[in-house]
Amino acid sequence: MLDGIDLDVPAGTVFSLLGPNGAGKTTTVNVLTTLMKADAGTVRVAGHDVAAETKAVRAVIGVTGQFAAVDELLTGRENLQLMADLKRLESGEGRRVVAELLERFDLTESAQKLVSTYSGGMRRKLDLAMTLVGDPQIIFLDEPTTGLDPRSRRIMWDIIRQLVADGVTIFLTTQYLEEADRLADRIAVLDQGHLVAQGTPSDLKRQAPGSHVQLRFTDVAELDAAARVLAGSTRDDADLTLRVPSDGGVKSLRALLNELDEHSIDVEEFSVHTPDLDDVFLALTGHANTEVIAQ
Amino acid sequence: MSTDSVIMLRRNFKHTVRNPTAVFNAVLFPIVLMLMFVYVIGRAFDVGVDYVDYATPGMIVLAICYGLSATALAVNSDMTKGIINRFKVMDISRGAVLNAQVVASMLTSLIAIAAIIGVAFALGFRPAASFPEWLAAIGLIVVVCVATSWLTVALGLAAKTPESAGMAIVPLILLPFLSSAIVPVDKMGPGVRQFAEYQPFTPIIEALRGLLTGEPSAGDAIAALAWCAGIALVGYLWALATFKRRA
Repeated sequence: MLDGIDLDVPAGTVFSLLGPNGAGKTTTVNVLTTLMKADAGTVRVAGHDVAAETKAVRAVIGVTGQFAAVDELLTGRENLQLMADLKRLESGEGRRVVAELLERFDLTESAQKLVSTYSGGMRRKLDLAMTLVGDPQIIFLDEPTTGLDPRSRRIMWDIIRQLVADGVTIFLTTQYLEEADRLADRIAVLDQGHLVAQGTPSDLKRQAPGSHVQLRFTDVAELDAAARVLAGSTRDDADLTLRVPSDGGVKSLRALLNELDEHSIDVEEFSVHTPDLDDVFLALTGHANTEVIAQ
Repeated sequence: MSTDSVIMLRRNFKHTVRNPTAVFNAVLFPIVLMLMFVYVIGRAFDVGVDYVDYATPGMIVLAICYGLSATALAVNSDMTKGIINRFKVMDISRGAVLNAQVVASMLTSLIAIAAIIGVAFALGFRPAASFPEWLAAIGLIVVVCVATSWLTVALGLAAKTPESAGMAIVPLILLPFLSSAIVPVDKMGPGVRQFAEYQPFTPIIEALRGLLTGEPSAGDAIAALAWCAGIALVGYLWALATFKRRA
């Protein structure tokens, strides 16, 4: 399913694997986190070969998967204590870490409640808190905000930024372009098991078609007139729109509007487009990221 | 047992304590069955001895098997709810999760068995077993629990959904009914009799019955232990292989 994936993630950065559902993001994470074996190729995590030094890899990573891996029949505190026990934290140290994480993730009040009563956002927070027990060097977050409401998503982003500030390396998969754009130092775009691009968010944006102004007219005559006046524009007769290349700056916009004014062309609607990762995705894969457009 | 297994067992204990209905169910159903057979139906059977003395060993095995459905469900919901993936990417021993399930399952079974034996005594059960025979009987019960628990853990792991895990365990619950648990095998019709004679629960129950009536049979005991060893081995290997495969 995956083919020719070649990734290099520097320590202490956020690396985001971006792609629609079914692109192979979770498969990649499963291979990197020792849950699945790759048929071919080598994978090194924190300098350890995933196939040969599985134990060493497991000791330094933390994984938060797509579905909250929490124990519903235990309380929030017990879930964290379970992790502390499994990581062999000395009992006083374990209690301190648990209390600290509950505090940090704003779960202290619900600590004694069974997780089965938690909301989706609380489960995700607890899930991530459990991953942090034992201070992993590298944290894999597989779609950590899928299904979360906007507020919980922002809280999750803040937590991730805080982790990076503490020196943790983060491998993040997401289907939300905005999320990758905001959090990641580097982004790789995955489509149907293939890497289609890799680079910083601004690198990728540069690969997208440039910014432009979109004009909409009430009839074809106006559209014809505008198309004659504005060189380099592309027209869409069905939508009665004209796409004019522009850097989006105030000066060039003023010049454009003045030009339209001089020729007495009436514009129904006017909008400025700067490329976002949606455009990048479209440009790179040749098809729209339907998931993202839908939400 | 490793430290990981002990930590996991503590988790399973909490599950059991938080889900008293499951324990209650595992204890209550065999008792109801026992009352029904001893009081309502059993008087119609001529087994040569007091029916409660005849039925108790069978009821003990029925109680073990009946309790297994809760184990299968617990194992399966662990697999399907994702917590297992967290354990898998941690540096903890592979068998710990399964060991804990087996031990927790055994403890529920032992509670149910203690209740059954208590009720049996109240109904007039008068075993003739000596102290060493009692010890051997308890040992055999524990061995049966271990063997059937491992097979159940494997079935629970292999099932795709909790519902199918519940279904997969049904043959194991029905098997004791087609053994010498309730009536002697030689009273059964042809076909069923042969099946009952050669299925694992008949020698297990006969061995237990022999111990409790103070007339142990070496042949039954060897057959029972051999079946248990086989079931445990298949269950253990199958469970471990399935656990490793399922991500």
